[in-house]
Amino acid sequence: MSRAGWLRLLVVSGAVLLLDLACRTGIITPLTMIPPSAMAAALLALIGAGRFTADIVKTLGNVTLACALAVVVGFSFGVLIHAMRRVRRALEPLLASYYAVPFFVFYPLLIVLFGLNDLPIVAIGFLFAVVAMVISTMNGLDRIPPVLLKVGRAHRLGPLRSALLIKLPAAAPYLFTGVKLAVAYAFIGVIAAEFILSGGGIGYAIAYAYNNFDNRTMYALMLLILAVVMAVNLVLHGWEQRLYRRRGGR
Amino acid sequence: MSGAAPAAPHVEAAGITQIYPARAGQGAIHALGPLDLTLPRGAFFAVVGPSGCGKSTLLEILAGLTRPTAGTVRFEGKAVVGEVPDGVGVVFQEDASFPWLTVADNVAFGLRRQGVDPAEIRRRVDYAIGFMGLRDFAQAFPAQLSGGMRQRVCIARTLVLQPRLILLDEPFGALDQQTRLLMGDEVLRLWRETGATVLLITHALDEAAMLADQVGVMSARPGRFIDLVDTFWPRERDSRIVADPGFGAITARLWSHLRGESLKALGVTAA
Repeated sequence: MSRAGWLRLLVVSGAVLLLDLACRTGIITPLTMIPPSAMAAALLALIGAGRFTADIVKTLGNVTLACALAVVVGFSFGVLIHAMRRVRRALEPLLASYYAVPFFVFYPLLIVLFGLNDLPIVAIGFLFAVVAMVISTMNGLDRIPPVLLKVGRAHRLGPLRSALLIKLPAAAPYLFTGVKLAVAYAFIGVIAAEFILSGGGIGYAIAYAYNNFDNRTMYALMLLILAVVMAVNLVLHGWEQRLYRRRGGR
Repeated sequence: MSGAAPAAPHVEAAGITQIYPARAGQGAIHALGPLDLTLPRGAFFAVVGPSGCGKSTLLEILAGLTRPTAGTVRFEGKAVVGEVPDGVGVVFQEDASFPWLTVADNVAFGLRRQGVDPAEIRRRVDYAIGFMGLRDFAQAFPAQLSGGMRQRVCIARTLVLQPRLILLDEPFGALDQQTRLLMGDEVLRLWRETGATVLLITHALDEAAMLADQVGVMSARPGRFIDLVDTFWPRERDSRIVADPGFGAITARLWSHLRGESLKALGVTAA
């Protein structure tokens, strides 16, 4: 690890330690927050007891579904819109201002549309993630050096081969950014949606624990979400780094 | 023209004209021509001209990458229309190596899609990589190479397909002078060993004078040939001919034409 990396680790662990100390000495009351070490212990106990396995599976399933849909649909729309210049000019401002819309307000509508099940939750995760993928895809296609496409034509590649052999790998770093964003947004969307319109899932379990003053469970589940999101991002980051090292930093 | 004629030109362009239609806020631009060009098989022809005179457009039209507004191009007797013909290799000015492939995979790119037998691909890729002095870097990625080496990867990727016509669009434009001279030697070696016809676009007069059998001097826009200068170099030659007294005479002649045209291109009246 680099010097900066060690320093970062030191800062974070120092902050956690300080928080732990503040909780244990009573500066922060247990009603507000339990010590991080107690959160970790509670989380281990909770996983061991299997009390929330169904919720964890449900949430991860919904996130995976929302994310996969967002990546596939976002990529397809990105390619399509990129190919149609006029449509793109019309849509671009809408896409750029998309995240200004607080679309959680549409949750009653989504329930009417999809019913009281997991679909509205997946829909919110999807809606949250899809446009990041659309924008990244268009961005990636924009940045393919034109000379590479000329090389494709000089090798007499047809449109499909040119897309698979040149455009896709050339745009890959940007597509990867899109996937990373889609994962993050799908998590945010799904968990937030579970808070307000679900009878299951980690988001619901946190809200339930909160309403019942069950701080141990609440914080343990919050820690769980952090750990899962961090693990997913670490894997993606490692993969991305390998991709970039090869290409000399894009 | 029948294919039986023994002296049929390898490349023949007639009346090539490129006019870009008017756009909002801008009238039509007459970029090139009308221009004729005939290259015998195995010739080394260089094109010099002021910036913006349509040199690269000419190359793209000859390659079949761009359709001219008017005029025809024939390669080995067949019309070139909207597609790069088999047997034509193009090397571009910009770095066109694929950053996601190793040097060896970059070089093998064209052969793989032609469905050549893997053992044959390996043999030809090995040869091309060795020829361009990249043997120690076969498994490296382009990002690990210098600009000159990346351009050599691109030349190897073209060379491996055994083109009969090689079109080079300012391939050394981004390189320093020493590297350019040495790359020039390699292009000469490539030309001699493959017997291919070579057309080189360049803005460097010395490069044109040193490499080509004949240099076409283009006018400012719309680009037309205003002089064809024969160099009379022997086929066996290398960058050391820059010390030949004849070399100075050739570059002087090229510059005498180009000075006025370059001033025109800059919008200055010739003094």
